Amino acid sequence: MTIASLIDSTSELTDSASSKTAIVLMTRIRLARNVADNPFPGWAKPAQREGILALCTEAVAATPPMKRSVAFGIDELSELEKQILVERHLISRELSGTKAGAGAVISKDQSVSVMINEEDHLRIQVLRSGFQLKKAWAAINDLDTELEDKLDYAFSPSLGYLTACPTNLGTAMRASAMMHLPALVIASQMEKVVRAVNQLGMVVRGLFGEGSDASGSIFQISNQTTLGESEEEIIKRLGSVLNSIVEHELNARQKLLEADPGKLFDKIGRAYGILQNGHLLSTTEAMNLLSLIRLGADLGVFPEAQRCTIDRLFIEAQPGHLQHVHRGEFEPGQRDLLRAARLRGEFANFAKPNFTLSTDGPN
Amino acid sequence: MANPLKCDLCSKPATVHLTQIVNNKVHKVDLCEECAQAKGVTDPSGFSLADLLLKASLNPEVTPAGVRCEQCGFTQADFKKHGRFGCPACYETFLGLVTPMLDSMHKGTAHAGKVPQKALARKTLHERLSRLELDLSEAIKAERYEDAARTRDEITKVKDAFGQKPPS
Repeated sequence: MTIASLIDSTSELTDSASSKTAIVLMTRIRLARNVADNPFPGWAKPAQREGILALCTEAVAATPPMKRSVAFGIDELSELEKQILVERHLISRELSGTKAGAGAVISKDQSVSVMINEEDHLRIQVLRSGFQLKKAWAAINDLDTELEDKLDYAFSPSLGYLTACPTNLGTAMRASAMMHLPALVIASQMEKVVRAVNQLGMVVRGLFGEGSDASGSIFQISNQTTLGESEEEIIKRLGSVLNSIVEHELNARQKLLEADPGKLFDKIGRAYGILQNGHLLSTTEAMNLLSLIRLGADLGVFPEAQRCTIDRLFIEAQPGHLQHVHRGEFEPGQRDLLRAARLRGEFANFAKPNFTLSTDGPN
Repeated sequence: MANPLKCDLCSKPATVHLTQIVNNKVHKVDLCEECAQAKGVTDPSGFSLADLLLKASLNPEVTPAGVRCEQCGFTQADFKKHGRFGCPACYETFLGLVTPMLDSMHKGTAHAGKVPQKALARKTLHERLSRLELDLSEAIKAERYEDAARTRDEITKVKDAFGQKPPS
């Protein structure tokens, strides 16, 4: 299998049959691991990095979940290919910026990816659509145990898994959920939510992690601390925080509908109009419009089945994916034209909005 | 343990070991006689371990400057610059620097999660095997053939525990 065929095949994120819940788009768990007696990637000499890359690539590729997978060194990829993998959350921006001595192994269904020589020797990631913390943990725990057969991990009984950065010590686990929170954004309550979540030891970030904005009202919520609690405890705590955010979002939607349904439907209707007829759309604008359509699907304005179309478009509206479809590199201005054309095509045959049912919609 | 504990402040052998619980968090510190006196540790009423740890974390002399990780050559200055450590062994070398940081960074300071059982078991077996092989060669040298036979049987057993493939 090649990287090109991987990019063109269906993925857990872009083609999952149904989103399990309306608000949590995706669940992700990441484990950091290092091989004992070897310097961390940031401090290793080029030859040591190459050694670790070869050792880990072989070990990872031999595990059952990676039976059908693609392994590559980062220097084998074009800039566009790297960008697409970042947009799919399969590799990090950091890894894509590395010159040599780093790589990744990605399963065919793109639900498992292992980055090698990013900040740590191994960054193992399992991704599931919808709200599936427990399933994601079970899958990544199994994979990690498989890898133990082949690799001696750097581990201390008191500090847990040893990582390059002390903020990841202990379980070295980061569990996160990607949440769609349009009503909390419209009602200007996100700041309050972020503060409350921070106090509970969780972090809120934008769509693409650290430093990214929350276009499309999509946020990533994850645990901040990794030492002093078991994986199960962290997952349980995160799960209850996520549930309470879901509840707040649902309440905010209800309030918006009760207080001023005209205003909310106007936003959704305009978004529909622009997506059907616009000719210049930036990534951010496209994301924000799609977010409103997704909210419409949750409220019953559009058939619920359309939700996964939107989830796919969230990814396909990103610059890398857009250029991939059009087989070339384009300036941002040209991209906005292409993006609008693409979305006009998608929305030409999209279900018509039905604003009459909505107050008794599914939510 | 083979390595005697070192003083958290000056790395002389530690003879005073203190544990305090503040706000349900356990703070531990190991000090040499002199530092213990200097910090007033001997006066239990007026001593706060948490304060000492906090000061220690701000004090660049915690791990005396010039200390290098034996495994990878990393120094404290490198950590200040990169915010990352050089290798797993750095955590032992710079434990005095790490411990106070963990407290503010994490929910607890002791690992409570998954343990790589298989990897640890393998390490234990490796160590046991090399010890037995040493015993065997000594027994043969000393012409203690009964002991040698018994050790050889042990070695076979340990190798079986590896699951057919002998360790390299």
